[in-house]
Amino acid sequence: MKKYILDLTIVENRRIHELYTLLILTTSDGSILPEMKPGQFVQVAVDGSKTTFLRRPISINNVDRENNHLWLLVRNAGEGTRALMALKPGDLLNVVLPLGNSFSMPKNQSDLVLLAGGGVGVAPMLYWGKRLKEEGYMPKFLIGARSAKDVLQLAEFEKIGEVYVSTEDGSMGEKGLVTTNTVLDTDINKIYCCGPAPMMKAIANVAKAKSIDCEVSLENMMACGLGACLCCVENTVKGNVCVCTEGPVFNINELTW
Amino acid sequence: MVNLGVNIGGLNLKNPVLTASGTFGYGEEFADFVDLNRLGGFIIKGTTINHREGNPYPRMAETPSGMLNAVGLQNKGVDYFIENIYPRIKDVDSHVIVNVSGATIDDYVAVCEKLSPLDKINAIEVNISCPNVKQGGMAFGTTCEGAAQVARAVRNAFAKTVIIKLSPNVTDITEIARAVEAEGADAVSLINTLLGMAIDVERQRPYLSTITGGLSGPAVRPVAVRMVWQVAKAVNIPVIGLGGIMNGRDAIEFMLAGASAIQVGTANFIDPSVTMKIIDYMDEYCLRHGIKDINEIIGMINN
Ligand SMILES: Cc1cc2nc3c(=O)[nH]c(=O)nc-3n(C[C@H](O)[C@H](O)[C@H](O)COP(=O)(O)OP(=O)(O)OC[C@H]3O[C@@H](n4cnc5c(N)ncnc54)[C@H](O)[C@@H]3O)c2cc1C
Ligand SMILES: Cc1cc2nc3c(=O)[nH]c(=O)nc-3n(C[C@H](O)[C@H](O)[C@H](O)COP(=O)(O)O)c2cc1C
Ligand code: FES
Repeated sequence: MKKYILDLTIVENRRIHELYTLLILTTSDGSILPEMKPGQFVQVAVDGSKTTFLRRPISINNVDRENNHLWLLVRNAGEGTRALMALKPGDLLNVVLPLGNSFSMPKNQSDLVLLAGGGVGVAPMLYWGKRLKEEGYMPKFLIGARSAKDVLQLAEFEKIGEVYVSTEDGSMGEKGLVTTNTVLDTDINKIYCCGPAPMMKAIANVAKAKSIDCEVSLENMMACGLGACLCCVENTVKGNVCVCTEGPVFNINELTW
Repeated sequence: MVNLGVNIGGLNLKNPVLTASGTFGYGEEFADFVDLNRLGGFIIKGTTINHREGNPYPRMAETPSGMLNAVGLQNKGVDYFIENIYPRIKDVDSHVIVNVSGATIDDYVAVCEKLSPLDKINAIEVNISCPNVKQGGMAFGTTCEGAAQVARAVRNAFAKTVIIKLSPNVTDITEIARAVEAEGADAVSLINTLLGMAIDVERQRPYLSTITGGLSGPAVRPVAVRMVWQVAKAVNIPVIGLGGIMNGRDAIEFMLAGASAIQVGTANFIDPSVTMKIIDYMDEYCLRHGIKDINEIIGMINN
């Protein structure tokens, strides 16, 4: 897929609460946003600060073709993401996109699919859930978070399919970790997961135990995002491979977890 | 029209802009952003005789105005390069320079012998300075004898242009430069990364799996400019300057210090199209200063 460097314009910075924001962007010259696949990500430039020298990888949360909008869901993790959270409508954001591979379609049209996201890891699941629904699947979502306020984009997910929630403090949905959520006891043929590494590993273990096919989206530290620097590697059954080009999505069979 | 062409030890470059090894993949990764034919040349990633897995993750940490890396020469080996990569890039209208690494003299020689017959490979850059490899590598680059030994061996094994890439992690880089010049090196390039280290104070452990790594980016630029200036005065072979070049201004800075050509490394990660802008800037800079030939500015501060 052809990659682009674009100056995108901020249409809206929708603050979710102090930790999260939804950035809605569009092209600055009115052109149509390039093709992007669910699971892919973008590399954003964070102005001239000395400590945010490299670009920051952010998942594609949604591509709203009707309005020519790109959605990025951002969690305040440090200086770079804080700068993103401070962007105002009309500001420009320089982005390299689209990067990485994408989720793969379930094998059979009748497959029951579960999309699990932890914290800001829900980001790629919205775009993927929408695509699956368009393709005739009935995706279910499992959202894990510390507490109710960290459950992101609930209303958006509810528009697409059934949503199950696990919070660590029990303030929403079932109390506990996603791996104990009762939705995992229902019939599932395929799980897609994105979130903190311990969560993805736990989900991978559940999937293995139940022989469910499972794909995870990794968030290794990146520099180039283009497969050139070899900084982002994950150790797989094929040796060290770049998460930015051969991932971020991997089938758990390929990983050495 | 301004002449941007320069000559590096027999190699005619259409302009002084090269890309630095390990930061530009095999060139193809940047094809959507860069017209590879416009580059003076590109230096592909460190190539060794055998496949290398490199160091364990994490291999990268961001630091003020720079980054540390500890990739450890991950590559699929020279045979894989010749069979799979070379056929895809051999028709590009620009120089393809292979960066050669090894743990022993025999390794360097073996890689050179395999590259010699390739028509498109008119130059190699010999990495005697990678700080991420336990044996050889760094050790060769930090002593005059070690550097001379490698230079002599590759000189005998490769008849075309030999560029020796120097390590900045030495007390006097001019001694090493003179030692490789004496063995018949056609040019030197500098600097490779500076040995560095960073610690995650919350987790109370180093960021890199290897604890130490190589620092690159604008943080190293003043050190690199100083070393290029020193080496350019110490040797009679061309010097290729690099280390923290982020834009056209920085590239000119290295040339004024004495570099005949420059390499762009880490900057490719931040702006994948930066090399094109640097070439344009050189043209514009020369016009603005009434310079007809970029060769006039090489080492100009010494005039
Ligand atoms: C493929 C991919 C998709 C991602 N999608 C999203 C997303 O949709 N929304 C979101 O909020 N975050 C996402 N992230 C994580 C995001 O990139 C980091 O939180 C961000 O880079 C941190 O930068 P900072 O300057 O705010 O924090 P820093 O102070 O630089 O770092 C804080 C922590 O963030 C992590 N981090 C820092 N730099 C990177 C980097 N270059 N790559 C990966 N992790 C890093 C490290 O664990 C670090 O300890 C994604 C990461 C990857 C690799
Ligand atoms: C991720 C990364 C990988 C590198 N790999 C190599 C390599 O394989 N061989 C080599 O000679 N130099 C390697 N280098 C060093 C660069 O070529 C260059 O000398 C150094 O980064 C300084 O230039 P810069 O500041 O413009 O990046 C690497 C640098 C980086 C950042
Ligand atoms: S981030 Fe450079 S290779 Fe993946």
